[in-house]
Amino acid sequence: MTATKPKAIRRLGDVIFANLAFFAGVSILATLATVAAFLFVQSIPAFTGPEIAAAEDGFWNYVFPFVFGTVYASIIALIIATPLAIGIALYISHFANRRFAQLLGYAVDLLAAIPSVVYGLWGILVLAPFLNPTFMWLNENLGWIPFFAGQVSATGRTMLTVGIVLAIMVLPIMAALIREVFLQTPRLHEEAALALGATRWEMIKMAVLPFGRTGIISAAMLGLGRSLGETMAVAMVLSPTAVINFAVLTSSNSNTIAANIALQFPEAGGNYSNLLIATGLVLFAITMVVNMIARWIISRRAEFSGAN
Amino acid sequence: MTSQVTSSFQGTADLPKWVSPAMLLAFFMGSFTLQVMLASSTEQNELNLIPVAVFGLVGYAVALYALSRFVEGRRKATDRLVTILVTAAFSLALIPLLSLAYTVVQNGAARFDAEFFTFSMRNIVGEGGGALHAIIGTLEITGIATLISVPIGIMAAIYLVEYGRGTIARLVTFFVDVMTGVPSIVAGLFAYALFVIFFGPGVRMGLGGAIALSVLMIPVVIRATEEMLKIVPNELREAAYALGVPKWLTVIKVVLPTALAGIATGVMISIARVIGETAPLLIIAGFTASMNYNPFDERMMTLPVFVYTSYANQGVDMQSYVDRAWAGALTLMLIVMVLNLVARLISKYFSPKG
Amino acid sequence: MSKRIELQKLNVYYSSFLAVEDVNMVIEPKAITAFIGPSGCGKSTLIRTLNRMHEVIPGARVEGQLLMDGEDVYGPDVDPVRVRRQVGMVFQRPNPFPTMSIKDNVLSGYKLNNSRMSKTEAEELTEKALVGANLWNEVKDRLDKPGSGLSGGQQQRLCIARAIAVEPDVILMDEPTSALDPISTAAIEDLAVELKEKFTVVIVTHNMQQASRISDMTAFFNIAGTGMPGKLIEYDRTEKIFSNPAEQQTEDYVSGRFG
Repeated sequence: MTATKPKAIRRLGDVIFANLAFFAGVSILATLATVAAFLFVQSIPAFTGPEIAAAEDGFWNYVFPFVFGTVYASIIALIIATPLAIGIALYISHFANRRFAQLLGYAVDLLAAIPSVVYGLWGILVLAPFLNPTFMWLNENLGWIPFFAGQVSATGRTMLTVGIVLAIMVLPIMAALIREVFLQTPRLHEEAALALGATRWEMIKMAVLPFGRTGIISAAMLGLGRSLGETMAVAMVLSPTAVINFAVLTSSNSNTIAANIALQFPEAGGNYSNLLIATGLVLFAITMVVNMIARWIISRRAEFSGAN
Repeated sequence: MTSQVTSSFQGTADLPKWVSPAMLLAFFMGSFTLQVMLASSTEQNELNLIPVAVFGLVGYAVALYALSRFVEGRRKATDRLVTILVTAAFSLALIPLLSLAYTVVQNGAARFDAEFFTFSMRNIVGEGGGALHAIIGTLEITGIATLISVPIGIMAAIYLVEYGRGTIARLVTFFVDVMTGVPSIVAGLFAYALFVIFFGPGVRMGLGGAIALSVLMIPVVIRATEEMLKIVPNELREAAYALGVPKWLTVIKVVLPTALAGIATGVMISIARVIGETAPLLIIAGFTASMNYNPFDERMMTLPVFVYTSYANQGVDMQSYVDRAWAGALTLMLIVMVLNLVARLISKYFSPKG
Repeated sequence: MSKRIELQKLNVYYSSFLAVEDVNMVIEPKAITAFIGPSGCGKSTLIRTLNRMHEVIPGARVEGQLLMDGEDVYGPDVDPVRVRRQVGMVFQRPNPFPTMSIKDNVLSGYKLNNSRMSKTEAEELTEKALVGANLWNEVKDRLDKPGSGLSGGQQQRLCIARAIAVEPDVILMDEPTSALDPISTAAIEDLAVELKEKFTVVIVTHNMQQASRISDMTAFFNIAGTGMPGKLIEYDRTEKIFSNPAEQQTEDYVSGRFG
């Protein structure tokens, strides 16, 4: 009874190649760890060095309005983008005919390819002036709602404009993701619904939306992750002040972390740049958490849905 | 009896096909006329398109719903309403795309001339000047980023598809996805934090920009390559193994060539994705008005940063700065479009058939 | 050129699952040996152990001995890659390399291993292999065209040409005609009969008529039920298996009473 274990003879080429591939794969983990570590190390002088004029009340008081601005702008963007993304995804997956739908898919993907600095330029020179009369109207007629209260900005460079620009920017990725999920709806469920005499909307309500719910949630989370980190469009469009303000039509808006870094960093000297890096670390932490939750939802869904 | 059967198939009466588009047209015309009248009655003569769209759409939706509910019944009316909403959502998304394309082309054309592509901004205060230094910088920095990202990205994808098993592979897969969500400005700060160690505070260097872009580009390359490697049929790998070809040669000479067109497409798209990045380059590559061919020393201008600084730091002759910003934006958009187009053409014409 | 294969107490596992149990048989050189049996009986698994292809699947392993002309294929110093160079394999579905021309497909065993050869050598070898695979006359005018442009049957013969070009000792065929039409099937069967002049040929087939038409020896495999290991029930000359089998199970199977 000879039990021969296939003791693998490994060729040199195989060993080298497999290791190269392995190190390339692991370098992803290493890179993320290094990003966190370097940002952390470079943040330290902000706390140990001489006091920084901009942050005389301490780091957390400095960063908090930016955290608020970051989250607030992203939430506005999400409120606008999510229903639109669902609409676009439904239109492409279930309403338009197939050839046309593919073309539309390309068009939406093109939105994703436009550089953010171009969005910024467009946002400030085209969108802001265009929206301003509507902002006036909202303030006059719906000013009793706190969000629309206050002195309306004359330039249109407000939180709401930023939210709309961000919404446009995250729309393609959200729509693409939701569309994928909708297209995975088991045909059998759809046909079963139609066979029961359902209209198209009833079929969507019965078969497509329940199936796509986690997909919509994770797409929203990913869109949130994107908009949290978006820099240039915000830096160019928003007229910022270091306050916390819920009103979305005024000219005193809480800046976002990313935009604040972009605006301050080129001029920053001494440990002010370390302070900005520390705020960057806060942003990194926030986006990582949001992204990890989103990816976790997606991977859980992939395990349970049985699709693919 | 027969008449009953027929009627049960037909259900309620349907609205004729022309009703819906006719109503759409009517309501938008009406809304437009109303706004024109309102605009002329007040002092501000400017026509605001937002109320035109809002009143037109809401009026159309409400009216068609009511009519459909009366003629066709509640279920069909709801179906019609949803169709209107979904189509409206889609049209709404296309408006910014069209507006962007239109304004960028229209405003960019003013300075989209020979001088723009042959001069830097050295010693320019008002009119004239160009973005050659920025274009060179963008090409060099993106080129280096591509040289760094493509080998690492492809090898990492090979690891995930051909070798990866167990916990580490799952971790890598997960964090590649997470890495796609790293904010671009954080990548810039990372490159800065890395270079400060070697060159001291305040460092600005083209290479740093390339590093930052690589952080953003690698996960995109990995995802694209991974997808392409996964669709290479396993039968081809087995055919090669059965001929006594070792695994590494199978990957290099069978799997990669079969997936090549798809990988090239993915690389093109990932380049298009990072070539427009502004924030990280603003941080680590900085900005300058002069030509700098050396990515290993000193500030280096790039096209997106050129667009930003032209707009943000307007000099005395404001219009010429804004014009240059738009021309830069147009150039950038064209580069991105061309890259996307090339990507599509590659995948269309070079994928192996069968 | 042609080698005798001895299987002694061979067990094949996928991780802890025993797929094929205790196979003892001798596969004769210069003959066609057919493996038949119902789906899932382990015949495909077994043929893949003959050139150590099953190792490609993670967790797959073998116990027992597999000797090729007395040499232990699973010996401690044996390189599976070298084994596969001596044991060619043809698969269920034709799988020519889509990025290569017909000629490059034939020479792929050399080209993929970075072997250099002169132009005339390459041309001679291509012709010899394609003639050997009964494909030369059909493709000699378009050797530089992609192999994926051929019909299914031609593609399968191209794969056979690719396998014999490296001059192996053994040719394994894993249901080589299951994806082909009857005319292409006949061409492959004729080819298999010609190949046994030079090689040890092992063929897995679902088609009992095919086994009875072309093989010299037939091995019948069966399983007691799903989740149970496949076993070699009977192994004998083909006429005997099909006319007068020793085992009741074999008789039931070849007479079409089950499976």
